[in-house]
Amino acid sequence: MRALWLAQGEFNPPGAGDFNLPPIFAGVTKPMVLIVLSVIIIAVFFLMASSRLKIVPSRFQFAAESVYDFGRNNIAREQIGSKDFMPFVPLILALFTFILVNNIFGIIPLIQFPTMSHIGFPLALSILIVYPIYHGVGFRRHGFLGYLKHQLVPPGAPKPIYLLLTPIEFFSKFIMNPITLAIRVFAAMFAGHLILLVFTLAGEYLLLEAGGILKGVSVISFAFAIAMTFLEALIQVLQAYIFALLAANYIGSALATEH
Amino acid sequence: MLNTAIVLAAEEPSPVLPHLSEIILGLIAFLLLLFVLWKYVTPRFEAAYKERAEKIEGGIKRAEEAQAEAEKALQKYTAQLAEARAESARIRDDARLEAEQIKEELRAQAQEEAARIVAQGQAQLEAQRAQIVAELRADLGRTAVELASRIVGESLQDEARRTGTVDRFLDELDSVSAPAKN
Repeated sequence: MRALWLAQGEFNPPGAGDFNLPPIFAGVTKPMVLIVLSVIIIAVFFLMASSRLKIVPSRFQFAAESVYDFGRNNIAREQIGSKDFMPFVPLILALFTFILVNNIFGIIPLIQFPTMSHIGFPLALSILIVYPIYHGVGFRRHGFLGYLKHQLVPPGAPKPIYLLLTPIEFFSKFIMNPITLAIRVFAAMFAGHLILLVFTLAGEYLLLEAGGILKGVSVISFAFAIAMTFLEALIQVLQAYIFALLAANYIGSALATEH
Repeated sequence: MLNTAIVLAAEEPSPVLPHLSEIILGLIAFLLLLFVLWKYVTPRFEAAYKERAEKIEGGIKRAEEAQAEAEKALQKYTAQLAEARAESARIRDDARLEAEQIKEELRAQAQEEAARIVAQGQAQLEAQRAQIVAELRADLGRTAVELASRIVGESLQDEARRTGTVDRFLDELDSVSAPAKN
């Protein structure tokens, strides 16, 4: 099978190395440029939309309001509760739009690189932003011991169970939560981009290098690449939503008075 | 092939090991975005939402006020109309009553007047009759004496007899005419 493929040149399947692009200039890489670009896009979008807000919205204002309302009502208010959610609206909105735009970069022609497939970016968001904020508001709301009890000793279980339950809760809430939050979006973006690379590069290789009837198979490969692009679009939006949703959910559970 | 793959994998940095530069850049970029959204975007949107809600609520409130006012005016007009109707009915009743009274008074007055006129006429008639009777009585007496003296020829100069005769005659006459008169 492989021998057929390797009729002329050798096919190098794409791997993790393809995510380490060479610096564009002076150590600045493509994801670094993209991350700055995303901040500019989102900031300009919202600043323009909010500069002259009208009672009766224009089409552009309506679009911006829809995004804002989605972050404000569907994520922040639903998860944190209508009493405490207002201070967290900018955070949730920023998380959602920041990850959304950086994910969407993965399928935009010419850009075509999901920034979040470099684990450094989601880690920065989850460990340095969401994690301190969510435990910080919890400690402030319930006091140090009160919050530990609130998080580690969920009521309603028989006493001996706590010997098992409390370490598990500690492990999941203070160690795993930020890591899983980052890995979820990183892995989805990494795998998705890799799939697109595989189908696209394989199609190209088959078209250029393979002999005879195998050239036709490249069509299937390209078709899959296109189909996967649509799937990726869905996953990219979904992952941004999940990240913001979980961040809001953590904050909501830290602030909640009872379980 | 397998060897090259292994070599490649060894050369490639692991994708799950983060670059410090990316963590720092990601953090700074996100904080910048968060600052912009927190400082400018959220307050503006919230202010606009508040204004919109107030506008809608204000509109509803104003409409409710206008409706209440209209309701009140309608009630006032209805009350006034009812009052006017009652007033007119009362005036009509009063007028009818007054007319009745006036009619009654006029009738009484007319009857009184008629009675007075009738009484006056009767009194006048009575007086005339009395006068005529007196005149006739005197006349009759004289005429009768004259006739009698002419017929009898005898002197009835005797005053006593004469008056006695005449009076007797007149009494007889009276007693004859009295039933006729009644």
